Amino acid sequence: MSSAILEARNLTKQFRGFTAVDDVNLQVQEGHIHALIGPNGAGKTTVFNLLTKFLPPTRGEILYRGKPITGMKANEIARLGLVRSFQISAVFGHMTALENVRVALQRTLGTSFHFWKSEKSLDHLNERALELLDEVGLADYADVLTVEMPYGRKRALEVATTLALDPTLMLLDEPTQGMGAEDVDRIVELIRRVSKGRTVLMVEHNLSVVSRLCDRITVLARGAVLAEGDYQEVSRNPQVREAYMGSEAAEEEASA
Amino acid sequence: MAPTHSLTPAMQRQRNARLRRNTFYLALLAIALVAPFVAYPVFLMKVLCFALFACAFNLLLGYAGLLSFGHAAFLATGGYITGYLLASYPGLTPELGILAGTLASLGLGLAFGALAIRRQGIYFAMVTLALAQMVFFFYIQAPFTGGEDGLHGVPRGELLGLISLADNLNMYYFVLAVFVIAFALIQRTVHSPYGQVLKAIRENEPRAVSLGYNVDAYKLVAFVISAGIAGLAGATKTVVFQLASLTDAHWHMSGEVVLMTLLGGVGSLFGPLVGAGLVVSLQTQLAQSPLGNWVSVILGAIFVICVLSFRSGIVGEIQKLVKKNFK
Repeated sequence: MSSAILEARNLTKQFRGFTAVDDVNLQVQEGHIHALIGPNGAGKTTVFNLLTKFLPPTRGEILYRGKPITGMKANEIARLGLVRSFQISAVFGHMTALENVRVALQRTLGTSFHFWKSEKSLDHLNERALELLDEVGLADYADVLTVEMPYGRKRALEVATTLALDPTLMLLDEPTQGMGAEDVDRIVELIRRVSKGRTVLMVEHNLSVVSRLCDRITVLARGAVLAEGDYQEVSRNPQVREAYMGSEAAEEEASA
Repeated sequence: MAPTHSLTPAMQRQRNARLRRNTFYLALLAIALVAPFVAYPVFLMKVLCFALFACAFNLLLGYAGLLSFGHAAFLATGGYITGYLLASYPGLTPELGILAGTLASLGLGLAFGALAIRRQGIYFAMVTLALAQMVFFFYIQAPFTGGEDGLHGVPRGELLGLISLADNLNMYYFVLAVFVIAFALIQRTVHSPYGQVLKAIRENEPRAVSLGYNVDAYKLVAFVISAGIAGLAGATKTVVFQLASLTDAHWHMSGEVVLMTLLGGVGSLFGPLVGAGLVVSLQTQLAQSPLGNWVSVILGAIFVICVLSFRSGIVGEIQKLVKKNFK
């Protein structure tokens, strides 16, 4: 077989007779930044939730490094090294940035059920947590309660928290959604930097982000795979232009 | 104690806060030690028992974000088991009786928790309520509880077979010791590696899952600890008042503990203590006054005012004021 780190075979999800995801086959190659794009309602987020085990599939199989993970729970695949992010920034609001990262770091200690131990026993993780915060440019925010941080910073914190688990495969759900241009650039740089030595699968709306970052792109439409390839191939595909970029591309060309 | 790693200002601040908190608790303990010479010990013991009950409830609501509407079942189970054992086996010392009651509640908590934890929000509350109602009717029917009459004449006995608890002062210090130990356990739980994960789950459950935490197991542990401490409160109360009755098992009691916790301040360790003190004082005072029949109405009105105007509870509001004016 190929060097696919994550593979979906005939993945199907039906909600009360409505087929949201229809027989999707997908291979994510190790080391790639792979994007999942498609118009609204194409089933991107559903596919994403299936792959991360937040939804059970109706049919089909998911393989991680060739081994089936279809029957595993969401928290179990995280332990294998598949760590996801969320569309709305997923941070722990009433904890400091440092604590956010530390709570991810502490899992491997094996003391997470120790309710009789002092939280001072976690202090030795602070250094590593600060390093991770520094890596995403948040060193100055270490002591700030996360609810008080600006949106773009929360997303960066989320990346730091994900990195704390040293994932082999990062699954990012619209990492630049709701961001201003400046923040988008920062996150793109960040993803590029942290993806070294890892694989990334991301759902993304922003095509400029996709074109700048991604090695491979899968286009979904109406729950099925419409096209796959690099940005050049995909953007030239007439079906894709019609289904997805139709309006946008036309507008762009008109304004250009 | 030279720290080997860099201390951020916030960690320094946390450390200072810890110090201030400990000083505050010490002062409180000093007051508690002399209190029985000023106030009626039985009243104080009642406050301590309910405060412990409310603290147990708060661990679940404030730190795990789970609203249980069936905590009366654990209070009553602790009370009935302890009461029954102490009344039937005269040789049994009170601390062993209390231990047995606590363990019974712990076990019940494990069973109820395993069933209820799969549901969220209002469904979780409803499942706990339904289970607690089953327990209530079980205690009406069961032969050992005395049904509607309750269990009377539970002997206080002698602590470790040495110290007679018939004396109110001895009894008071024993109850205080139980309270301090259980409170310390809750305090430690909240500020432990486990407490951090629990907080993370409360703040954002899907994210905690995606970090690899089996959130249901963490919630279950919180539920079981909370049930055990609620049972401890019930068991201790039974020894103090030498009786266990259906009042403790009734859903009113489950509601009352919500009231105490919200009034005092949910999610602050000290809040439930204040809330319990206030509610028990009001009940006691009002019961003796001409307004005796209006206790529920008055408490209800206070509850409404609390929820409408100071939602973080008495302690929460005071903390806000302190933060605003002394920072």
